[in-house]
Amino acid sequence: MTVSARPETGARTRPAAARGGRRGGRDGGRPGRRSGRAGSARWYAWAMVAPVVIVMGVLVGYPLLRGVYLSLTDATEANVGRTIGMNEIPATYGFVGLDNYLEIVRNGTFWLRLGWTALWTVACVGLHVTLGLGLAMLLNRRLRFRGLYRVLLVLPWAAPAFVSTFIWRYLLNNDFGLVNGMLRATGLPAVHWLDDPTMAKVSVIVVNVWLGVAFNMVAMLGGLQSIPGELYEAARVDGASAWQQFRHITLPMLRPVSQTVILIGTIWTFNQFPVIFLLTRGGPDSATEILVTAAYRDAFTGIRDYSGAAANGLVILGLLVVMAWAYRRSLRRHGEVW
Amino acid sequence: MRRTPLAGVIAGLALVLAAAACGGGDDGGTGSGKSVDPATVSGTVTYWDTSDAAVEGPAFKELIAEFKTKYPKVNVNYVNVPFGEAQNKFKTAAQSGSGAPDVLRTEVGWMTEFASLGYLAPLDGTYALENAGDFLPAPAGSAKYNGKTWGVPQVTDSLGLLYNKDLLKKAGHDAPPKTVAELKQYALDVKSKTGKTGLTLNVDAYFLLPFIYGEGGDLVDAANKKITINSPQSVAGLTVVTDLMESGAAPKPAITDSYTAAITALKEGKTAMIYNGPWSATDALKGSAFKDRANLGVAPVPAGTAKAAAPTGGHDYTVYAGSKNLDASYAFVRFMSSTAGQAKIAAKLGLLPTRTSAYSVPEVKNSELVNTWKPIVDTAVPRAWIPEGGQLFEPLVQAYQGMVSGNTDAAGAAKTVDGKYRAILKGWS
Repeated sequence: MTVSARPETGARTRPAAARGGRRGGRDGGRPGRRSGRAGSARWYAWAMVAPVVIVMGVLVGYPLLRGVYLSLTDATEANVGRTIGMNEIPATYGFVGLDNYLEIVRNGTFWLRLGWTALWTVACVGLHVTLGLGLAMLLNRRLRFRGLYRVLLVLPWAAPAFVSTFIWRYLLNNDFGLVNGMLRATGLPAVHWLDDPTMAKVSVIVVNVWLGVAFNMVAMLGGLQSIPGELYEAARVDGASAWQQFRHITLPMLRPVSQTVILIGTIWTFNQFPVIFLLTRGGPDSATEILVTAAYRDAFTGIRDYSGAAANGLVILGLLVVMAWAYRRSLRRHGEVW
Repeated sequence: MRRTPLAGVIAGLALVLAAAACGGGDDGGTGSGKSVDPATVSGTVTYWDTSDAAVEGPAFKELIAEFKTKYPKVNVNYVNVPFGEAQNKFKTAAQSGSGAPDVLRTEVGWMTEFASLGYLAPLDGTYALENAGDFLPAPAGSAKYNGKTWGVPQVTDSLGLLYNKDLLKKAGHDAPPKTVAELKQYALDVKSKTGKTGLTLNVDAYFLLPFIYGEGGDLVDAANKKITINSPQSVAGLTVVTDLMESGAAPKPAITDSYTAAITALKEGKTAMIYNGPWSATDALKGSAFKDRANLGVAPVPAGTAKAAAPTGGHDYTVYAGSKNLDASYAFVRFMSSTAGQAKIAAKLGLLPTRTSAYSVPEVKNSELVNTWKPIVDTAVPRAWIPEGGQLFEPLVQAYQGMVSGNTDAAGAAKTVDGKYRAILKGWS
């Protein structure tokens, strides 16, 4: 519909649009917003992106706006209206302003969980990137069976995360798990991998690192292979040590890849629901509960709390947006265009 | 399992007919429903069964096969949904209006929540509810909310003490412990004399209730709208548990997969005693420790200083309010909850019928498992049937985990849970 309306109005101003279009690549769609003429003139571009815009609007935009609205109400499973067969339940929820958000911020456990979520994210991403880079460096040289090693190292990533997590859950089982079985067989005391609050924290991090290293390794390997070999040759000619080569060629040249990997890794890990939920269910005594698993538990235990869940979700979204924004800013300050 | 299926079918049918005839006789007010010709009922009934797929599922499937012979035009789509997932799965489907089953096996603790949310069809006066006066009071009470009946009781259960007779005997005890003091002593004796574990706890809220009830406590007092988990009695109950753990009578239990860990330990003869329900007996008997079936003992839960009591559990058949096949669903529920149907399940699995009449059926009367559990179930304590009931266990499990891992003591746990209950039950004292 919107597409068919464009051509008539757009035809007049094509030159201006072409100019705007050439610049538009750099700073978003800003020229289009400045005047209706320029935007409507690019009807063809709009027509091409329309399906994506519509799908995103339906799948992302609408739920997001609905979430914002719900988070400002006291809607629960009990008071949203519905008719099921012979039962009719009237809608009785109302607007409560920022109450849900205030409740989250005032809740002491929220801050505890935020602290653990931050620690969990930093630990996982840090290990992901360093181990991923290390393995990538090892595999980036000529050695026998390199292809085989690569395949084996990618396997953890290729298997569905929930399957791997379940396998880990069995391996780490207290009484009947393989890991404790081996410990006992060698005469060592069994470890409460998932049942001790501190060990459970270590276990979830280890499992998540195991799951995520492969992706980081593949990404880093791609980055390493795109670094021109001449740079290293030149450095060697100039007498640079291995460390100097790594520090002044590898790391800077890898930055476009590593920055992206760190950013998406952070977002993924921050919201890494399956590993925590399937491994420990947030336990013992919510020791490993991160913000998303806590939000799920609050929302889906008993009568579902839609408004509280929406507020929780938006708080998490807000935290990630702020973090991504700060990260981009710090990169820009270092002269990176990202 | 497979003894004379044809005879069983005929006997079952005969009983159904007899029961139907009885129901028809004293029709007035008991809600035996309209009379329906089985040959004319048609439709497809999707049934979500939450029973153990490997151990219990086959027996229910056999009963469903009988249903299909009696109601030839009804097609039953049997789906086994893991118990732990069923509640959320059903709610999601029921709320969205697509993908919900016609009939669901609902745990008694979920009943009021589902009913209050409008997901269930009221069954008073429908064909589903046959001879309602026949049901035992405790299970029947679980199906009532706001003056209406929302489910038809399938099985009733509770918790008891499952024990390895041989291990107790080696520890010098011929009879199971009757009080928690004896429980602790016997467990320590098992430990010192056999080297095995005395008692293995299951870190779950439901399994904590016997200890709390035993000292005269409870989670809430629904009649007076009071939260009682932080009362001295309830704290005393939690203290019993921490004492069992600290004394070594019940060594630090597994928190992850706690249920499986406990029953596996019993099956393999690694522990002498666990708390569990009638549903687990069939599973327990498969263990290497019970090759001689007589070695498995079942006793009422040991008494605290106040009483011996375990919670009322069980399952009800419920019909989804949005079902497109209400008549067929009602017929299905009626058949499955009939005296004959219950007797068949009881005889096969040792699950306890919810109908008084089923207990006089010879197969049930002579079932050792049923006879063992019947007195336990008769004295079981009904839980608070409130819509928020489903939310009360989560904080308690977390606190229990805290007690096990040494993060908190009984008093601290009770206080934490109390605070969380106050957020759920607004306005309670």
